[in-house]
Amino acid sequence: MTMKIRVNPILCDGYGQCAELLPEVIELDEWGYPIVPRGPIAAGLEPAAQRAVKMCPRLALSLERAA
Amino acid sequence: MSAAAVVERRDRASTRLLARVDTPLPRRARSELLAEIDASGLTGRGGAGFPTARKLAAVAKARRPLVVANGTEGEPASWKDKVLLSENPHLVVDGAVVAARIVGAREIVFAVGRANRTVRTRLAHALNARSDGFEVGIQTVPERFVAGEESALLHHLEGGPAKPTIGRPYERGVLVQNVETLANLGLVARYGSDWFRERGTAEEPGTVLVTVLGAVRRPGVAEVELGTPIRDVLQRFGGLSALPHALLIGGYFGTWVRAHDVLDLPLANAALKPLGASLGARTIVVLPHDACGLRESARVARYLADESAGQCGPCVFGIPAMADALERLDVERLRRLAPQVTGRGACAHPTGATRFVASAVDVFADEIRRHRQGRCCGANHDPVLPLGASRDWR
Repeated sequence: MTMKIRVNPILCDGYGQCAELLPEVIELDEWGYPIVPRGPIAAGLEPAAQRAVKMCPRLALSLERAA
Repeated sequence: MSAAAVVERRDRASTRLLARVDTPLPRRARSELLAEIDASGLTGRGGAGFPTARKLAAVAKARRPLVVANGTEGEPASWKDKVLLSENPHLVVDGAVVAARIVGAREIVFAVGRANRTVRTRLAHALNARSDGFEVGIQTVPERFVAGEESALLHHLEGGPAKPTIGRPYERGVLVQNVETLANLGLVARYGSDWFRERGTAEEPGTVLVTVLGAVRRPGVAEVELGTPIRDVLQRFGGLSALPHALLIGGYFGTWVRAHDVLDLPLANAALKPLGASLGARTIVVLPHDACGLRESARVARYLADESAGQCGPCVFGIPAMADALERLDVERLRRLAPQVTGRGACAHPTGATRFVASAVDVFADEIRRHRQGRCCGANHDPVLPLGASRDWR
């Protein structure tokens, strides 16, 4: 099962921890808000993605099944 | 400009949506009504164009569904919902009743903008004159650009600010339907899907209300068949009053197109798609040759920045940055900003604003060159694109 990352842009305050924990997947825009890819993430990165989801200070990230 | 003042004198035989319908709504089974609407191919008339039958079917599964008739029309360049509600409120109410029967709702809320008293009074008058067996009410909504976005509208009806939320109301059992869509439901329920499809094109059936502003002799609202050549649509508004430079199609989430590229195309999404444009809620602004497209676009970009609900970072920072860059004619900066803003909000506001600004840079490329040489084409022209002025969210 492949997973993708979703960010809730209303909750997100641009702390940027997700980009530190998951630099392979998430980059920050010039204001510090995460740009997440629309597609699924590589299976090997899922543990790191789980961590990023748990560590988000605003609980703005989630992992969802990719369609 | 009052809603009534902008209505074109109508030939009653040629209009569907603006003509008073005196026959009672037929009593038909829910499933039959839904099948009829599905067969009609009716899509949402609020701008997004979602298939109406699909939304109805989704809400019909909810335990306690609610119907919200959306007449907020926060787009300052659009008048069609205000005109429809003031000229023909009963047909909108008919459609809301049809929708409520289909989804099994007991309550209908009519949401209208706070500023327009005519709309509210005529709707209230219509509601008082009938008894459909539903709990009905009118709610007024702040006149903000995004307040009519369906999640924002629901947020406001539930007591919050009129700001978008995550998730779609129809997934929560709330049918938010534009009032023009509802008026069409009132017609399809009476006359059927074959009748509905007698107008329009096979892919985009029906008639639509169009608001045309700018360089036409009689700006206002008229009903036209989808597929009508845009040149003929403008004739319904008295024809061009000046040499046109560009047309803004689809309002402030829409797209600038060069006049000569678009005047001979039919009014249909299929025809506009190659130009990167779509009809949205069918607002067309004709920019006359002596007005400045850059000045106009910069004003609207600033307005859209000010209309951000202030919730999503890329919208809060990105749209003002785009407005700044457009004022400075910094095309490189705009190119870098676009991917950082588009698609990155809870609602379509940042995406729509990016599309609008990108099309301005594209269509007014010559003007950008001239402005850099210190020449503005239309500095003395009065503003063509209207802006809203409300500061409330509640």
